[in-house]
Amino acid sequence: MSRRNLEMMVGVFVLFGIAALLFLALKAANLASFGEHNKGYTVSAKFDNIGGLKARAPVRSAGVTVGRVRSISLDLKTYQGLVTMQIDDDVRFPKDSSAKILTSGLLGDQYIGLDAGADDKELAAGDVIRQTQSAVVLENLIGQMIFNKAAEAGDSSGPAAPAPIPAASGVPGK
Amino acid sequence: MITDALAGLGAHSLRVLRTFGRAALFFADLLVHVPAALRRFSLVVRQIHAIGNRSLLIILASGLAVGFVLALQMYYALVTYGATESLGLIVNLTLVRELGPVVTALLFAGRAGTSLTAEIGLMKAGEQLSAMEMMAVDPRSRVLAPRFVGGIISMPLLAVLFSAIGILGAWFVGVLLIGLDSGNFWSLMQSRVDVWRDVGNGVVKSFAFGIVCTAVALYQGYETQATPEGVAYATTRTVVVSSLSVLALDFMLTALMFSRP
Repeated sequence: MSRRNLEMMVGVFVLFGIAALLFLALKAANLASFGEHNKGYTVSAKFDNIGGLKARAPVRSAGVTVGRVRSISLDLKTYQGLVTMQIDDDVRFPKDSSAKILTSGLLGDQYIGLDAGADDKELAAGDVIRQTQSAVVLENLIGQMIFNKAAEAGDSSGPAAPAPIPAASGVPGK
Repeated sequence: MITDALAGLGAHSLRVLRTFGRAALFFADLLVHVPAALRRFSLVVRQIHAIGNRSLLIILASGLAVGFVLALQMYYALVTYGATESLGLIVNLTLVRELGPVVTALLFAGRAGTSLTAEIGLMKAGEQLSAMEMMAVDPRSRVLAPRFVGGIISMPLLAVLFSAIGILGAWFVGVLLIGLDSGNFWSLMQSRVDVWRDVGNGVVKSFAFGIVCTAVALYQGYETQATPEGVAYATTRTVVVSSLSVLALDFMLTALMFSRP
């Protein structure tokens, strides 16, 4: 094989490899959205419980992704989770907007949902969102349900014992 | 009796230590001669052709097969949980982080490593290396270093090709045969696979494996007993030693790279 031929084949091989790397980076990973990641303004919000929220989780408003969670830390004064998020420059929210931590699907990833308020002023860089709603923690939810059930059972059986007609007091309890 | 056993143990330990020492010195020697190989890059190009181009077919075929099989197996596992749309994501992470670099390195040791060992072993058996030294040509910079550089360049390219063709194979099985949604297949990957953490670390891994596999193959060839049995033995040892070191190194690198969620 002539030297030129050989060099050409090696060139094709290297080109193939670079094409595969570009494919992995652009089509099968997040490089395409990498550039827009650094522009935008940051706002923060404090939550009593952030659940399973992670950095880089999406920030959505009405289901549309408008930004990403930048960092998560613990506020040592209030012992709340401090979430810093980056929102795209062309998306502006009223100052009294509220933030919730929501879950996509039943067991899916957690994300932040922003609900627009009605204030004339807009959120600017460095602002703090006042109204927040924490993540739903499944254990708390189940605990609350068991507690409610127990309270209900206590209510219906407690007064039922002295009452003359137990069946009648049992029906509205259920 | 007891002193004999003690002496045997000591001799064995010394032999093992001596092998490690020789391998380390050999590796340092290789690194010293890398600039000489880079100055005569046409030699490296020839080696990339021998090591990389000629391994292309087996790498692409294995990557495609692994992608097919992973997609089928993962589909049967995921369909139980109704999470079939994450098929692409799981196949992607498996290939890019682990299987791409590791399986490519194992195939590389079998396909390219053995041929390097046999070639250099036969050169040594035929006293070609000594002849070069007689002509004041350093065989380390003329023979060993170009192969070393060629292997290091080829291995990451092959691993990336393996992962890419595997993902395409999974796409073929998942989207065209099983009938998953193509948009979900790609968008979940794009939202969850990180370029630097996942793809980048995979490339770093394959780079490290390239260094290990090529250095082991060259060392085994260079240290061959100059007999037919010696060459056969050295070729076998290349495959065994490179495979085991790749697996051990992979565990260490994975622990370092992906221990944080």
